[in-house]
Amino acid sequence: MSDQVRYFEVFAGPFDPCPPIGFKSFQVPPNQFITFQPPNLPQFQPYEALKLGTLWQPLYSPYGSQ
Amino acid sequence: MSIQLDEAYYSLLHELQAIDFVLVELQLYLDTHPNDAAALQQFNQFVELRKRVVHHYETTYEPLLQFGRSNMPVSSWQWIEAPWPWQV
Amino acid sequence: MWIYEKKLQYPVRVSKCDPMMAKLLMEQYGGADGELAAALRYLNQRYTIPDKVIGLLTDIGTEEFAHLEMIATMIYKLTKDATPDQLKAAGLGPHFAAHDSALFYTNANGVPWTASYIQAKGDPIADLYEDIAAEEKARATYQWLIDLTDDVDLQDSLKFLREREVVHSLRFREAVEILKEKQSEKRFY
Repeated sequence: MSDQVRYFEVFAGPFDPCPPIGFKSFQVPPNQFITFQPPNLPQFQPYEALKLGTLWQPLYSPYGSQ
Repeated sequence: MSIQLDEAYYSLLHELQAIDFVLVELQLYLDTHPNDAAALQQFNQFVELRKRVVHHYETTYEPLLQFGRSNMPVSSWQWIEAPWPWQV
Repeated sequence: MWIYEKKLQYPVRVSKCDPMMAKLLMEQYGGADGELAAALRYLNQRYTIPDKVIGLLTDIGTEEFAHLEMIATMIYKLTKDATPDQLKAAGLGPHFAAHDSALFYTNANGVPWTASYIQAKGDPIADLYEDIAAEEKARATYQWLIDLTDDVDLQDSLKFLREREVVHSLRFREAVEILKEKQSEKRFY
């Protein structure tokens, strides 16, 4: 699932007032790789679909506290 | 006569929310894939499934829709009673 | 015509009594990339967009009102039992002065909602890209809200709403593809 995360390094300068944060991340959700949803994608069962927020497994984009 | 917010209530509500969610997903999908016959068939299956759950909910508790859209005879006007969805 | 269904789309549970979170959640209630903006944006654009995609705009716009209701539920649960002192401590003093615990269409900073947050250019491609951008911005906002709370139950609802934005964005991209298709030869009856 971490294939939806990208990292970049935050520039650290010699006169920065605060400790460097190092790397930050951003999300690249599945809608970036699917232009038009193809038919017959695998589905979640209804209760799980409700919880996760989508009926189709490849459209799920997990997000958790970093 | 207010609704008893017990486990049976939350369980039935949750079941209805799950079925309705599948229908929302299929609705949006069919809006851009109107010719997907399998999706249409699944949509219709869930519409049928929904009818049973809604009937159970509305006869046990109260109508879900206003303006007569729940299509059931109303013996007492429970619509205006608490709880409302944000209170539940 | 709109009919209201007396149930939430998704169950909302808030476990932590943290009125400060209510202030932050207002970003998705009356903020620039929030649910009210989304609903009004799509439902307004649909009058003049090509017929083929009116259904999608109507349906997503309708779903956004359900999401607005979920955000309202979160804010309501977090503030309904708060005393003025508790609201003041949570940064909601100014809000309380004007509204008590009533909800209002402002962002997290108290800036009132404005139609300047939305657009309808009348150009279908421009309008749909506005919509795609709106969904991505909303997705990002939910990420920041999830990061701002450690209430697992609240996070659950916010994660649901974030995933809905991912799906909506995809549908709008599909709408662009549908409009890109050249018309097949016209049929005369």
